[in-house]
Amino acid sequence: MSDVVEIHVNGRAVRVPASASLAAALLAAGESAFRRSVTGAPRAPLCGMGICYECRVTVNGVAHVRACLETVAPGMDVVTGG
Amino acid sequence: MAETAPRRVTADVAIVGAGPAGIAAAVRAAESGARVVVLDEAPRPGGQIWRHTTRGTLPRGARRWLERLDASGAQVLSGASVVDADGPRLLAQWRGEPLVVSAERIILATGARELFLPFPGWTLPGVVGVGGAQALLKAGMPVAGRRVVVAGSGPLLLAVAAALAGAGAHVAVVAEQAPAAAVRRFAAGLWRRPAKLWQAARYRAGVPRARHRPGVWVTRADGDTTVREVTLTDGRRTWTVPCDLLAVGYGLVPATELPRLLGCRIERGRVHVDEYQRTSEPAILCAGEPTGIAGAHAALVQGQIAACAALDRPAEATSLLAARDAWRRFAARLEATFAPRDELRTLADADTVVCRCEDVTLGRIDASWGSRAAKRYTRAGMGPCQGRICGAALQYLFDWTPDRVRVPVAPATVGTLVHAAALNTEPQDPS
Ligand SMILES: Cc1cc2nc3c(=O)[nH]c(=O)nc-3n(C[C@H](O)[C@H](O)[C@H](O)COP(=O)(O)OP(=O)(O)OC[C@H]3O[C@@H](n4cnc5c(N)ncnc54)[C@H](O)[C@@H]3O)c2cc1C
Ligand code: FES
Repeated sequence: MSDVVEIHVNGRAVRVPASASLAAALLAAGESAFRRSVTGAPRAPLCGMGICYECRVTVNGVAHVRACLETVAPGMDVVTGG
Repeated sequence: MAETAPRRVTADVAIVGAGPAGIAAAVRAAESGARVVVLDEAPRPGGQIWRHTTRGTLPRGARRWLERLDASGAQVLSGASVVDADGPRLLAQWRGEPLVVSAERIILATGARELFLPFPGWTLPGVVGVGGAQALLKAGMPVAGRRVVVAGSGPLLLAVAAALAGAGAHVAVVAEQAPAAAVRRFAAGLWRRPAKLWQAARYRAGVPRARHRPGVWVTRADGDTTVREVTLTDGRRTWTVPCDLLAVGYGLVPATELPRLLGCRIERGRVHVDEYQRTSEPAILCAGEPTGIAGAHAALVQGQIAACAALDRPAEATSLLAARDAWRRFAARLEATFAPRDELRTLADADTVVCRCEDVTLGRIDASWGSRAAKRYTRAGMGPCQGRICGAALQYLFDWTPDRVRVPVAPATVGTLVHAAALNTEPQDPS
């Protein structure tokens, strides 16, 4: 079993630890704006446990996925800043 | 759309939450021969403290509980969010499908979450909770070489600072808002009680470079695309500390949505239980953090007591009652020591976002309103977090009481929600 997987973040290929949550992986990849708030401000994970909804991203075309509750998977296609 | 017939599960005991409390309850009940089902929305059992860590590296006691859970015969449904409840029945969403659970008894072990209090800059990327930092760190967030400020209140501060330092972060300061004298008294009490839940002293020793500063709190954070600088005060002096990660949280608050939905009596934010963890509602028991914040050991004891009571064998719990009562006293001391100081109510200014989902600023909210009016006039608390973040903050800032619980208590698909209305009207399973 490989301990690194490749995912795509806004079209960019990044290699992240296979055991990481998607939120941790995106932070590792240098993402800071996971989503834009209703007034356009950048937001990123706050609670780390699924309650604040600040870590929402689009995963394989599905919007509003909480990145902190998701484990990375090879080939995952992630779009941030939505 | 086509209505999916819900899957159905019947059990003697249904448990919501697979943290220490839920696990102990499941193990105790299933080992006594009861049919047990455990639902948790997380992908793995273990709760906030155990689930992020691979089993091999968990402390032996934790590993032992998880192994007993595997062997107990309890049915564990991970990834199942309970979205509605009525009497002894639960509606969950599991793998995108509706699931109806009917049980003789329900044990609510839904845990706690962090209390966040708004201050200017708290919405910047790089500002995370204290437990949030711990959860993200365990989930693989890299912190090596990062400059971190840990702030807020409670024993978790030192534990998390130690974990961050252990992962290579430079912990610039640990700012504990509670007064130094209160923290000293608390720590002295821990020495007398060797049960040492959070092992405050040891954690402290684990942060050699950090400066632990009781009586100090964050007044604002500044930055651009991410946090760059934190302003601290001790009430007399104010200074800034550069950092690229601020972990700040004011302790834990009980998660009481499901208990409230089921009509259980709540007192001072906690689910009221009798000496056998029975709530005010028949057939509904509650264990762990919803009954008061006392840590994982307390949750384990309460879970076992709840299981005995759920099986109508309260006598089997007698040997556990003294330990539970000691934890209750510990919880009271914890709450008194780390109660947020009044100054924290005045940190947010008119332009500070209070409701992060809807970007409602403090200036738009009138202290005389109450939670329901704030929702109606500003949408504060109407976003996807359903007021889990801003609700607790507004309750603290304005002494408001929480609004009625909205169903679903966790996000659910329409396919699941069509069954919510039926939950309280449809006949009981004949089985
Ligand atoms: C973010 C965070 C980090 C923490 N880190 C530490 C630490 O490093 N060290 C430490 O000693 N203590 C830590 N704590 C405290 C510790 O988690 C608790 O003391 C302990 O886990 C309490 O156990 P519990 O069983 O009562 O609750 P929990 O462990 O919180 O378990 C509750 C479970 O219920 C589930 N749940 C809740 N609602 C629903 C629902 N509607 N449907 C389905 N499932 C639901 C949750 O997913 C959760 O798994 C932390 C707490 C938090 C909130
Ligand atoms: S970080 Fe709060 S929901 Fe994901």
